This record gives sequence, C-alpha cells and structure tokens, in this order.
Amino acid sequence: MSGLLMPKADDSTMSRRSDIVTALRAIVPGEGVVDATNAMRVFESDALTAYRQLPLVVVLPQTVAQVSRVLKYCHENNVKVVPRGSGTSLSGGALPLEDAVLLVMSRFNQILEIDYPNRVAVVQPGVTNLGITNAVEHEGFYYAPDPSSQIACSIGGNVAENSGGVHCLKYGLTANNVLGLEMVLITGEVVRLGGKHLDSEGYDLLGLMTGSEGLLGVVTEVTVRILQKPATARALMVGFPTSEQAGKCVADIIAGGIIPGGMEMMDRPAIHAAEDFVHAGYPLDVEALLIIELDGPVVEVDHLISMVEAIAYKNGASTCVISQSEEERMAFWAGRKAAFPAVGRISPDYLCMDGTIPRKELPKVLAGMRELSEKYGLRVANVFHAGDGNLHPLILYDANIPEELHKAEDFGADILRLCVKVGGVLTGEHGVGVEKRELMPEMFNEIDLNQQIRVKCAFDDKHLLNPGKVFPQLHRCAELGRMHVHRGQVPFPEIPRF
Amino acid sequence: MTTFTPKTEDEIVEAVQWALSENAPVEVVGHGSKRNLGRPLQTEHTIAMSEYSGVTLYDPDELVLSAKAGTSVAELETLLAENGQAFQFEPMDYGPLLGQAAGQGTFGGLLATNLCGPRRLKSGSARDHVLGVRVVSGRGELFKSGGRVVKNVTGYDLSKGMANSWGTLGIATEITFKVLPAPETETTLIVRGLADDEAARAMAIAMGSSGEVASAAHLPVNVSGRVIDGVLKGGASTLLRLEGFAPSVNDRATMLKGLLASAGTIVDLSGDTSRKLWQEIRDVIPFVDGTEQPVWRVSMVPMEAYKLVASLRMGAAVDAFYDWQGGLVWLRMEGEPEAEAVRALIRKYGGGHATLVRASTSVRAALPVFEPQPAPLAALSKRLKQQFDPSGILNPGRMVAGV
Repeated sequence: MSGLLMPKADDSTMSRRSDIVTALRAIVPGEGVVDATNAMRVFESDALTAYRQLPLVVVLPQTVAQVSRVLKYCHENNVKVVPRGSGTSLSGGALPLEDAVLLVMSRFNQILEIDYPNRVAVVQPGVTNLGITNAVEHEGFYYAPDPSSQIACSIGGNVAENSGGVHCLKYGLTANNVLGLEMVLITGEVVRLGGKHLDSEGYDLLGLMTGSEGLLGVVTEVTVRILQKPATARALMVGFPTSEQAGKCVADIIAGGIIPGGMEMMDRPAIHAAEDFVHAGYPLDVEALLIIELDGPVVEVDHLISMVEAIAYKNGASTCVISQSEEERMAFWAGRKAAFPAVGRISPDYLCMDGTIPRKELPKVLAGMRELSEKYGLRVANVFHAGDGNLHPLILYDANIPEELHKAEDFGADILRLCVKVGGVLTGEHGVGVEKRELMPEMFNEIDLNQQIRVKCAFDDKHLLNPGKVFPQLHRCAELGRMHVHRGQVPFPEIPRF
Repeated sequence: MTTFTPKTEDEIVEAVQWALSENAPVEVVGHGSKRNLGRPLQTEHTIAMSEYSGVTLYDPDELVLSAKAGTSVAELETLLAENGQAFQFEPMDYGPLLGQAAGQGTFGGLLATNLCGPRRLKSGSARDHVLGVRVVSGRGELFKSGGRVVKNVTGYDLSKGMANSWGTLGIATEITFKVLPAPETETTLIVRGLADDEAARAMAIAMGSSGEVASAAHLPVNVSGRVIDGVLKGGASTLLRLEGFAPSVNDRATMLKGLLASAGTIVDLSGDTSRKLWQEIRDVIPFVDGTEQPVWRVSMVPMEAYKLVASLRMGAAVDAFYDWQGGLVWLRMEGEPEAEAVRALIRKYGGGHATLVRASTSVRAALPVFEPQPAPLAALSKRLKQQFDPSGILNPGRMVAGV
C-alpha cells in the first residue's frame, strides 16, 4: 500500500473478533460469514488494486432482516462496517478495514418487479447495471446510466457512487434515474425513500444518499426508471489537427442546441494505443478524435448528423466518418471502450484519474498536463467524456521501478489540483474513496467539510459506516457542535432593516 | 418585528448570526410568492432575499447559470430564452394558484421548493439540475457544495439536500444550475373524449413508445374548457406534447397518431398555443379561481391515479386533472380538505404523497400540509435539521410542526 494512512485499527474490536464472528454467524447462517484468511483474500481489494487490506470478517447477508440485524449488532457493539456491492470502485471506496466487518451485498441479486406501464424496475442492490437492461430489453426498454464497468458493477454500488457513463450528458447520472430506495440505517432501522412515484417527500434524502460512498446507509432495494430504447443510433468519428479545434467543435454542437447521446474525445497517445489494440480504423495523423453518437427517431438522427458534420468541418476537422451500419458504429466505440486495456498494453501500469473541468478549459488543462508530464518524467494518455467535461488522464508508470507509483500519484494529484483551479472538481464519477480523500481541502474549506460531516452525523453519529473514506480527518460529531456566537457580542449595525 | 434585506453574502451571514444571538426565529422569503403554501409561520422577524439578486455566471456553451438567490426566475427565463436555452424542468409558478401575482418567484425559492413542470418524468425537477450552492446554515456559517460542472461526485450532494427543504436547513445564497437548449419546436396531440381510465392507458401506450413524449396530461370534461381560453371545452382532452427538431416532431406525431388511431379523434395544436397550454397546466390554471378551496398536489404511481380520483368521488365533491408526465394528480375539493381520505387512498393505490397546496391559514395550521413520514424517517429528517440548524431559527415549523 502506498503512503495512505487508514484509521488505526481499534484494539478492542480486534480482540473481540471471535465474539463478533460468532454473533454474525447467529444472524447469517451457513456460508454467509467468511472468516478464514485465505477465503477473505478475494475481498482484500476493490478495483483500485494499489491498496489491499484484509477485513476483520466478511458477511454476505441474504435478507433485509439480516442486514438490519447485522447493522444493529455492529451499532450496539461499536463495530465498523464497510458496505460493498461488486467491489468495482476505482477510488478505494469499498476497500476493507482491518477492524471492520465487510458487508457484501452480492447475494441481493434479484429483479423484484418490472412495471412497464409505469416504466420502472424494482431491483435488489446486487443486480448488475447491465442486468437491468438485459431484463427489460426484450420489451424495448433499457436503463440509461452506463458506467464502463456496467457488466460487473452493481446498482447498489452505482447508487453509492452516483455512477455515470457515456450516456450521462443526455440521460443524467444515477441520481437522475433512481426513484426510490429501501435502506438500512446503522441502527438497523429500515427506511424507504421515494418509490415508483416521482419526487420523494420531505428532505431530498435520496439525493443525499446517492453518491454518499457507503457512509450513510446500506441500500437493500432500488427503484429505477427504465426508458424506451431510441429507435436508432448513429455515430460520427471526427479527427482534428488540434485539441483546441476538437474542444471548439464540442462547444459549437452544444451551442447549436444538440445534446448527443454520447460525445467522447481521445488524445493522440490514447488514439494510437486503441488503434494498435482493436484496429477500429482511427486516423493516426490527428491530435484529437471525437466520437459523437446521436440517438432517437431515424429522421431526427439523420437531421442531426448533417448538422454535426457541418459543425465539425467548420471547426477544421481533417476526417469525418459517419457510421453507415450498426457494425460500423460499434467499431467506432470499440476503440474508445478498449482504451483502458489498450493503454495497459503500452505500459506495465497506469493510474486512471477522474476530474471534471468546464469544457472550455480543456486546452489549458491539456497544456498543463504536458508540462506536468515532463516534470514527472511520466507519459499520460487522455480519454475524455467531452460532452460533460469529465477527464480520464491515464498516467503511465512501472510499479517495478522504485518510487514510480509515488511519482504517478503525485502527478495525478497535481492534475486534480489543476482541474479545481480552472473551476472543476476532484472527481466526476469515480468517487473520492481513499484515493482522493487528502485532496478534499483543495475544493472545500473546513466549514464546507464540517457541514458534510454533519450530514454523516445525522445518519451515523458513531461514524461506524465506511470510516476513513471521503473525509481527510474525522471529527467526532460532538466536536463539531461548537458555536461561537453569544448574545450581544456582535451588533451588526450595518445590516439594512426596516 | 424586523425585516432584513441583505445585499451581500456577509450581511446574510450577519443576519443569521443576529438571529442566533437573539434566539429569534426568522422567516426566509424571496418575494413571498409561496408564503401561502406550507405550514403558517409564527416568526417575528424576516430575512427577505429579494435584494440579493443578479446573475453571477452564465456560460451558454457550458450549459451553466449561476445567480444570487433573490434573482427573479422570470428574468432568468428571459435571459435563457434569448440564448435559445431554458430550465428544462419548467419551474411552475405557484403565484396565481395561491392568489398572488404571476412571475414573482425567485431562484432561491425555486430550489427550496424543488419546482418542476409537466416535463417532470423526462427532464426531472429542480433537484435534478442543481450543480452547486453556497448556503448560510442555521449555524450562521457559510458553506458551499457541488460546483459548476455537470458531472461531479465530490463529497455529499448538499445541493440536492437543499432542494425541497423549504428554507429550513439553510439559506441558499447563490445557486448554479445546469441549463439546456430550449426545444426548437413543439406540437401537442389531443385525443378527445376519453374517460380517465381510457386516458391513462392511452398515455401509457404513447409514453412507452419511441414517440419520446415530453409531457402528457389528461383534462376531464369539466376541466378541459378551463385552459387556453376555452378552446378545448365540450369534451375531455388527453394531451401529448412532442418537442424537438421539426422533422423529428412531425415524424413522431405521425407515428403516434397511427398508434392511437383507435383511441378517439385526434387533433393537434402547435407553437405558441401549445406552449401556453402546457404553461397553464404547469401553473394549475384550471384551479385558479380566487378562492381558498383546498387544492392537493398528489404524487403517485401514474397508472393508479385515476383509481384514486374515482374512489374520492364516491364520497366527496372533487375536481381533478392529471399531469401524467409529472406523475401528478391535482385535486380541488369543494368542501373540507379530506386529508385522511386522500392519504389513505394513496396508500391503497401503490403509495406516494399528497401536499395540501392551497387552504386557509387555519386549515394549514391544523393539518399536516406535507405527507407525514414513518417514525424512523421523521426522526432522521429531524436529526438532519438539527445538524444544519440546531437552534431551529430558520423557518421553524414550516414543513413539520416542531421542526
């Protein structure tokens, strides 16, 4: 594990391990509790494999009642809990802790109800993202948010991370596509937020839960919107001599009132790596490549394709190919979707960063990355959700060279600082987890962070759920309660009153 | 009795700190256009945000707009329209329904009450478009959340947390929203003469098709004549709105007419008439009658909505129409609000919630205006309120008695 410090393991919890295992076995029978070291190895890391940690014990409940009893037990006995879906988090959000129960929701894998007239599906949290689409596509429906890991990631994890994907620009993030949740609080209480109807009543707890990275509650049921599949989809593959021209093309498309179903950009190193890997037919003499997908009724797509083509040429496109068949469209995407493994072939290791910037700052940020690349002596390849400004710089390094991981991490942190500096944010879709925890003060001051921690206190006042994630330091809830205003101390004569 | 009208963010912080130091609860308002909605307040003092106004960032190419909370929504909509853009969630204007002038709402009020219109299902509500906020909490502390980019999962989404909080958690001072291109054109298909249950089925067919219906509504016969100057009187109207680029709208209209050919006679409206029609549905114009007759906003499973109305009609005089794409039924009771009857039936028909949007002050003080929550959820909401506003000085009791 690199230099990251996790909270010190609690000796009292460690010494009670056998009691805890026994108590959990009484709640979840059979193979639902895993405590043998070898068997727990498979859980020691999520998709951010640079960090590994064996959990105290793994529990795989099968019913809501079991989840409730496990959490209630942990709450009453001050035992920490790390919730996990499929463990595909790229920011270490599902990294186990030495002194915490790893609560794995993979046995909640049933689709409970599909309601076509109301266009919703009610599913358990362990169902994969793609599993929802697979269950409804024979009726012409799909679930829109499509993170790259959609074949493996669970919908419960999507809620925890507010996951997105290529479709997000047009169809929104997880937060915009979830209508209801059933969740269990750390006290074991089961609450329902929203449902098949739109708008949950009262405070937007659904909005707070989505993207809360497993720190507020454990999701046991999710109600999602399903959408009618667009009648058709076609894509354009457009190459530009400079990234500035590609960026301007993106801005002009949006300014033209067009919101594509997907709009992705790759830089030269990413184009070359992807082309060498999948032979998608990408042009190799360009600095930036855009893949723009338009979906909807056939006449609309035809209409928009011609508009986008004109905008592309107006911005100096050197190549513009329009897909004429489904095979060709898929080929355009094959390279983009294989960009990560493709880069894996040209470098022993890489670190995938995830920051969002205002789109117009792209040239500045790319130039800044080139400078940083020279400073650190490490290469970087870029794939980019161009429509919504979400960058994925891939920092290439070799873990066998001493200090290279450390250099790559510093490089990545500098990129994220640059994103914040130009008006962007630290993470667009992968979450803060443990990876970006120490960078939170780049974006938020202490008051900002304390108010977020106060939300945590409302849900989990003992900080037992997924501690050590998201926030750089933990205050106890009581310490946050201090107030410094006393009667008469500040006169406020300057406030206009009447 | 003091009214603060802060002109700077510092003055907002100071006003809240004054309230804290005096232990004096305050009402937070913009222009007060939604003051008659929710539980009536008993506060002596007011923080009026109406003079804290102005656009702080508008970047059409980036699809973002930031403005101070007191900025008029109508002004912002005009600005967006000049650039071919819009709040795609179509914030409704409660003014006329609540006996106030139209166009008085502020940006802060829009977020605090999570406004939306008949594109709700397709385009979401205010909470689906908010990107970032600056907020003065009930602790008198200024904090920010979110940002100005459309894809952001950095920390908890306190911006959404402010949505529908009715000013009880904090005072949003500056808000950033995602804006989107306004549709190039629109057409409304109108199926005439359907009963409520037939309309529900027709709308489900249309909305489950690839017709990309942006809004759907059903106006029963007695409501149909109360929009767009009575053009639709004489029969129930089931409305389907299509938006987008002209070739696409025409193509989808033809397809849907074919799909619904057996449902009944179909006529269409386009352009400004169509826009006016949906604006009137958005603002509940059929129930704008200058009275305080109880009006309910019911959010429930769309396919069950007509059953609620039919059941209610067995026992009470009730007028209703369906903003189906909003997942809403609007009810006007001729007599008492019938709170228990309405809420029991919602539970019976798949769940949801009812908000008593219009009623006399005494009725709103006596009945739960918002749907009562189950005990664990109510306790959680109360804990959340305490974390933002431990002294209970911001809009106390506005949503729930004692909170």
